[in-house]
Amino acid sequence: MNAWSRFRRNRLALVGLVLVVVLAVSAALAPWLAPYDPARQSLIEKRTKPGAKYVLGADEFGRDILSRVIYGSRVALLVGVLSALIAVAGGLLLGTAAGFVGGWLDAVLMRGVEILLAFPYLLLALAIVAALGTGALNTTIAVGIWGVPTVTRIVRGSVLALRETEYVGAARALGAPVTALLRRHILPNILPSLIVYATLFMANAILLEAALSFLGLGVQPPTASWGLMVSTGRDVLLVAPHVATVPGLAIMVAVLAFNLVGDGLRDALDPRLRGSA
Amino acid sequence: MLTFVLRRLLLAVPVLLGVVFVVMLTIDLLPGDVVALMLGEHATKDAVATLREHLGLDKPFIVRYLEYVARVARGDLGRSIQQNRPVAAELADAWPATLELTVAALLIATVAGITAGVASAVWPNSFFDAVARLGSLFGLSMPIFWTGLVLIVVFSLWLNWLPVGGAGSLNHLVLPAITLALPSVAMVSRMTRSAVLDVLREDYVRTARAKGVGELWVLGRHALRNAFIPILTLLGLQSGQLMGGAVLTETVFAWPGLGRLMVKAIFARDYILLQGAVLVFALAFVVINLLVDLSYGLVDPRVGRQG
Repeated sequence: MNAWSRFRRNRLALVGLVLVVVLAVSAALAPWLAPYDPARQSLIEKRTKPGAKYVLGADEFGRDILSRVIYGSRVALLVGVLSALIAVAGGLLLGTAAGFVGGWLDAVLMRGVEILLAFPYLLLALAIVAALGTGALNTTIAVGIWGVPTVTRIVRGSVLALRETEYVGAARALGAPVTALLRRHILPNILPSLIVYATLFMANAILLEAALSFLGLGVQPPTASWGLMVSTGRDVLLVAPHVATVPGLAIMVAVLAFNLVGDGLRDALDPRLRGSA
Repeated sequence: MLTFVLRRLLLAVPVLLGVVFVVMLTIDLLPGDVVALMLGEHATKDAVATLREHLGLDKPFIVRYLEYVARVARGDLGRSIQQNRPVAAELADAWPATLELTVAALLIATVAGITAGVASAVWPNSFFDAVARLGSLFGLSMPIFWTGLVLIVVFSLWLNWLPVGGAGSLNHLVLPAITLALPSVAMVSRMTRSAVLDVLREDYVRTARAKGVGELWVLGRHALRNAFIPILTLLGLQSGQLMGGAVLTETVFAWPGLGRLMVKAIFARDYILLQGAVLVFALAFVVINLLVDLSYGLVDPRVGRQG
């Protein structure tokens, strides 16, 4: 029984996958799916409760919340996927360097990783965003950099373990270059854990971007980011709770989707890893 | 055992120094000239230069870093730019509130999480287990700031049971603590479930049961003690989550703690205060992890022996 059929049997994971697809479609086809222009204001209709005209209601400026939620999926997916790529790429680079070269490079990199991991998660991202500046791209980079230390550790661990195995030792003795070793031996072994980690990372990346935008330090208006929408909705929370709560629901669904898929992947790809779900 | 403790303590020092380094470096990279910002738009170049020299900002980074470390060692964290009070005083005012919040949340997370996790492990695949696991997934996926707002809507707006924000009484603590604890409850319960399940599968448990030992004894004596270590690690990691979450929770509930202070400092470009606040958080995290490390020595007899 291969991994895919194992994954298919896991109903929760399938639900997650469907949700991810919905998210992706929503992001890709936003201009056609959204009933209104997300930036279109209609101050006369501000804070409209959900109903016939505005399915999910309107916000403080009379903008359609459904449209803004749909457009918000673009930011969420962009940040989620891109930051995961940055984290994995950076981690692979540094992890293999540390694992293969060893010695002083390894020591320096590992101390660096330890220091970065000494920061509580939000603070590290805050610090990076503070340095880079706000905005969607900078937020993506900040979240990506935040993920690099953990991936570096994972990759380094695998490289160290595999470096000692007999077949790698034999390959090196035969004069195989490092890149070939990487391609043929290391990467195929790390790939399952990396894929699982990347998926779960995307879930956390979406949460982190939402948190940063909520604090006003991530995506800036007028771009529709779910976190930003919750933040502005907070002002009218007691009068029109739907403005803040609906975008938050979108965040939860998106994060849940990636968590479900990630859990499912972990159970399917490596039965040894299962147990925490 | 003593060497173990000493070694751990010694290893923590370079990490702390590194943390200060990273904090100062990122603040240095902040866009905009801090000195010019402080004096306002109409400041003359001479005034800016004088203030910069006065603040010691014209010295090279390494010099400033070393001077800052020396000052911190003496307990001097500088003066806040916006309040013109010593940073240490600002932090001292704010940290008890954050401590109160995080300790309350940690208590909730530990008690609720471990209970749910153990129950899930003891009756695996039961209805309770299914509900608990699904609940955990939801708990992990809910953004903290959203949970807080939803709780406010339900308990303050609709039911009018609890206050909307601020601090002062136990009533004020309830919602923020639950909000902050929720993701941790989810994580701890998942982790506990898997750790206890793993232990229950071990041979010595099977032996104990075969010997006729009561299930409660098996659970308490063998299962929990051995599951303790991964749970302890998790609690240490969760403290980092709690500190990050505290920033968000304090903002949502207007809780007068370090997190809210930090956010205000960022927006006010009060980099001296910001440096101090981030430092305190990072320091607390390092100390907590150190304590977790040291407690391994107590719980796991294998650890102390190798040193």
